[in-house]
Amino acid sequence: MEPTDVSDPRYYHKVVDCQWACPAHTNVPAYIRLIAQERYTESYLLNRESNVFPGVLGRTCDRPCEPACRRGRVDEKPVAICRLKRVAADLRDEIRPFLPKPPDVKNGRRIALVGAGPASLTVANDLLPLGYEVVIYERNREPGGLMRINIPSFRLPAAVLDEECGYIIDMGAEMRYGTPVTSLKALLDEGYDAVFIGSGAPKGKDLDIPGRAAAPAQVHLGIEWLANVHFKHVERIEPRVIIIGVGNTAMDCCRTAKRLGATDVKVIARRGRRHFKASPWELEDAEEELVEIIENHAPKRMLVENGTLVGMEFEVLDWTEDPSGRASSRVVRTVTIPCDAVILAIGQDNAFPWIERDIGVDFDAQGMPVVDRITHQSTHPRVFFGGDAAWGPQNIIWAVAHGHQAAISIDLLCNGRPVAERPPEGMTLVSVKNGLHSWAYDNDYDPSARQVMRHEELARRFRDLNVEVELGFSAEQVASEVSRCLNCDIQTHFAPPKCIECDACIDVCPTNCLTITTNHSPETDLRQRLSAPALNLTQEIYLSEPLPQTKRVMVKDEDVCLHCGLCAERCPTAAWDMRLFDLIQPVAGAACDREELVRA
Amino acid sequence: MTSIAKPPVRHPSLRQNSLGLTLRDYEGVMSTLCAGCGHDSVTAALVQAAWELELEPHRAAKMSGIGCSSKTTAYFMKQSHGFNSVHGRMPSVTTGANAANRSLTYIGISGDGDSLSIGIGQMAHAIRRNVNMLYVIENNGVYGLTKGQFSASADVGSTSKRGEANEQAPIDPALLALSIGATFVARSFSGDKKQLVPILKAGLAHRGLALIDVISPCVTFNDHEGSTKSYRYTREHEVEAVHADYAPVHAEITLPESGDHLRVVQMHDGSSVRLRSTAADYDPTDRASAYAHVRACQARGEIATGLLFVDGGSRDMHDLLKTPPTPLIDLPHERLCPGAAALDALMARYR
Ligand SMILES: Cc1cc2nc3c(=O)[nH]c(=O)nc-3n(C[C@H](O)[C@H](O)[C@H](O)COP(=O)(O)OP(=O)(O)OC[C@H]3O[C@@H](n4cnc5c(N)ncnc54)[C@H](O)[C@@H]3O)c2cc1C
Ligand SMILES: Cc1ncc(C[n+]2csc(CCOP(=O)(O)OP(=O)(O)O)c2C)c(N)n1
Ligand code: SF4
Ligand code: SF4
Ligand code: SF4
Ligand SMILES: [Mg+2]
Repeated sequence: MEPTDVSDPRYYHKVVDCQWACPAHTNVPAYIRLIAQERYTESYLLNRESNVFPGVLGRTCDRPCEPACRRGRVDEKPVAICRLKRVAADLRDEIRPFLPKPPDVKNGRRIALVGAGPASLTVANDLLPLGYEVVIYERNREPGGLMRINIPSFRLPAAVLDEECGYIIDMGAEMRYGTPVTSLKALLDEGYDAVFIGSGAPKGKDLDIPGRAAAPAQVHLGIEWLANVHFKHVERIEPRVIIIGVGNTAMDCCRTAKRLGATDVKVIARRGRRHFKASPWELEDAEEELVEIIENHAPKRMLVENGTLVGMEFEVLDWTEDPSGRASSRVVRTVTIPCDAVILAIGQDNAFPWIERDIGVDFDAQGMPVVDRITHQSTHPRVFFGGDAAWGPQNIIWAVAHGHQAAISIDLLCNGRPVAERPPEGMTLVSVKNGLHSWAYDNDYDPSARQVMRHEELARRFRDLNVEVELGFSAEQVASEVSRCLNCDIQTHFAPPKCIECDACIDVCPTNCLTITTNHSPETDLRQRLSAPALNLTQEIYLSEPLPQTKRVMVKDEDVCLHCGLCAERCPTAAWDMRLFDLIQPVAGAACDREELVRA
Repeated sequence: MTSIAKPPVRHPSLRQNSLGLTLRDYEGVMSTLCAGCGHDSVTAALVQAAWELELEPHRAAKMSGIGCSSKTTAYFMKQSHGFNSVHGRMPSVTTGANAANRSLTYIGISGDGDSLSIGIGQMAHAIRRNVNMLYVIENNGVYGLTKGQFSASADVGSTSKRGEANEQAPIDPALLALSIGATFVARSFSGDKKQLVPILKAGLAHRGLALIDVISPCVTFNDHEGSTKSYRYTREHEVEAVHADYAPVHAEITLPESGDHLRVVQMHDGSSVRLRSTAADYDPTDRASAYAHVRACQARGEIATGLLFVDGGSRDMHDLLKTPPTPLIDLPHERLCPGAAALDALMARYR
């Protein structure tokens, strides 16, 4: 195996599991430490740099960071990263003075954004401070996209969304509300330097089964129905409701139905629980609200009597898996479930009826635009896609990540540079040693279990659609939860020439991460030869240059390093040091000014 | 010293032995020795050996004297018995303890100061009695705890941190032990666990006193250039004379690699030690051969390491004293003490 090149920012970045997993690479451990120090405003601003909507995301994020969190491999559960983000948002002071100010003199470039969802708003957030003129076309009368009209207010209060959209819009975005774009060609003809399409995936999927069309007033498409609830076109629903599908939309539909008068709500899934698309916490929250979740039922037909929907027929399935993991089902029997309304929540489709097919924007066989994965550029050089519009429905944090990348591309384009020439990532790496056995971070391990979110009581929830269910963490909960973070950004940094091979670091490491051994075999074999076999292949192995005395190498398995610093405390020569890693992410504008920002 | 206690978290692939214990269950309290002290590596090797041998922690007694080395006993097997005696008295206290309760595993840890200066008489007689114990000397050539004065193991010409050279001849504990009838004599290096761990295991399985001289550098007072007990010097001058592999009772015996001079020594408990000596004329089961080899290495300026000599059939103190197999502490008082009448009868015979 070759020695590891830790001067490449990717190595240490990958060690920060949460930050690596976050599509926008939010600096999680740093913001958690700021919360621990009660520096909420700074914590919020640090979040905002990468994820733009900390208040929204602290309540609604899909949190890909949490399954990745190292704490989850060491302890039973990951750090409550997402809900700590909400703490920073809830407890911050006024942050407007710290927001970037757009220059008085604009740079003369005009950019059109289609849709005011998180993707477009992120593009605006990144381009406005650089002097771009940004025009946002939005079909609705308010900003936020699906965050506004689909995510129910009991999960995301409107005030939180208003404030965070406001920070961006007030930097000077020109908002054209109530203005659907009906022709991309016409928009391009207006002379914009670039157009960003963040129009989402606005069409709910339908279900083609017998009886579907017979009682249209009682059968709804999930995302349309939620939007209608938001716009107050719908204020009641019948008592017995069946939801088809078990994704995130289904969870919001069933819980909303509970608040609009439904007493008997059943969510019906084709497959078993471990195949559900909804996040585990959403399932828990729905079940807490007495929603019944029924597995292994495939819709067969809708039963309509005299024009009235009275129930649905399902085939009960028995699933088996062959050794390769391919599932097949067998119908066991047919059952009827009576109901008064059905909500279909089986997915969303994209639709671009307003994009002409002869203006240079290519679409594939599935009707999706052809978009470059990195630059977000379509086959038309001035047209970019991001968010759900680019590759189908994802989530808010991906929309934000797309927005950042598209903003970089647009900035490159407007500066006459190839969009594929991406600005590099950088890093800083600074020792956190204060003195003998004293560090600029709390290196002690706190064995506390993950805090459980407090919820509003059921009766109050059902009384008003807008009552927020999650109450946030109490001060005590915050204090406990922040100390569960392992500070994975505080890296164990090794200087081979200093090592005298005394084994002190190896002997003290609580989780057997370290080994001094010969470097004579491939990585697969090396992984087996370590102090504890390194079986988690998703985690890197660090391998040093040969050591001075015996020419053996120092090997570190990153998997369950607690970042406790004991190796560095025990090292007599300071060959090991604890160093704060800070990823410097490229942002729009940096590409053109900060050329030299490469390796630390 | 460290700022925090060792977190109670372990690597997911850490295995359990047949007692259901992981390596970490054989640890003790956090070490307060200097960072990088060789003694901490000996501790880690002891933890490894005890875990592999599946020693029951509550059936072991850790015995020590005074010195940084003697503090080692606090840092492993926190559930075991222990006695931290006065300076140099570890061998005598262990002799007494073993006399009273022969059923425990005795792990004695000492230093070159503790054993070769103030305690040399105690050590010599424990060796002669062949007390059933592991006797580890963590040998760094200095009195570490009292800030680095030369000890009796310092080589002639080896310099102190300030630069002055030692002029008195050293005592080599391995040669001394061989010359007074030790039944198990080994030398190893704290920086070489591959060698040290099997030797510790063999020593623990040995019936009788197993003396292991472990070169264990003092990073603070004796790891400089000019020292003959530094990490670098030891690595450069160590010559493994005999490599030992310890095979537990039911281990599969694999054929030795050809070209080596292999000897299998049966231990009392049915386990075995396989010895591979590097020189054709060296027989580690022959005392004279071992003595000659260590002397020859010494003359060449080499440090002979490995399991230098073992007598698999050795008889320990209890065999020699013909005590009953039941530990004395378990014998009823009537059997331990013959009573006044019997004593009077005995006395009468000499009148
Ligand atoms: C019920 C539901 C719940 C969800 N819950 C979560 C959650 O908890 N967490 C999470 O991370 N994600 C969630 N999502 C997904 C998330 O909302 C979306 O992935 C995200 O909002 C996509 O952002 P976007 O900017 O791409 O588009 P959108 O948010 O869809 O915004 C697109 C905007 O473009 C406008 N628009 C469309 N066409 C035109 C046009 N031709 N002219 C002008 N304007 C136009 C639309 O009106 C809309 O405002 C949920 C989705 C649904 C349906
Ligand atoms: C009776 C007595 N005499 C002297 C001392 C002082 N003293 C403490 S430790 C020590 C020597 C320790 O040397 P060694 O056994 O080699 O241990 P190290 O610290 O080197 O590991 C001495 C002389 C003492 N504690 N008790
Ligand atoms: S910081 Fe060092 S001692 Fe602590 S777990 Fe990581 S490698 Fe081990
Ligand atoms: S503690 Fe330091 S000097 Fe000793 S082996 Fe580890 S890195 Fe090398
Ligand atoms: S003084 Fe020397 S022997 Fe004592 S703890 Fe420090 S390094 Fe080890
Ligand atoms: Mg000493």
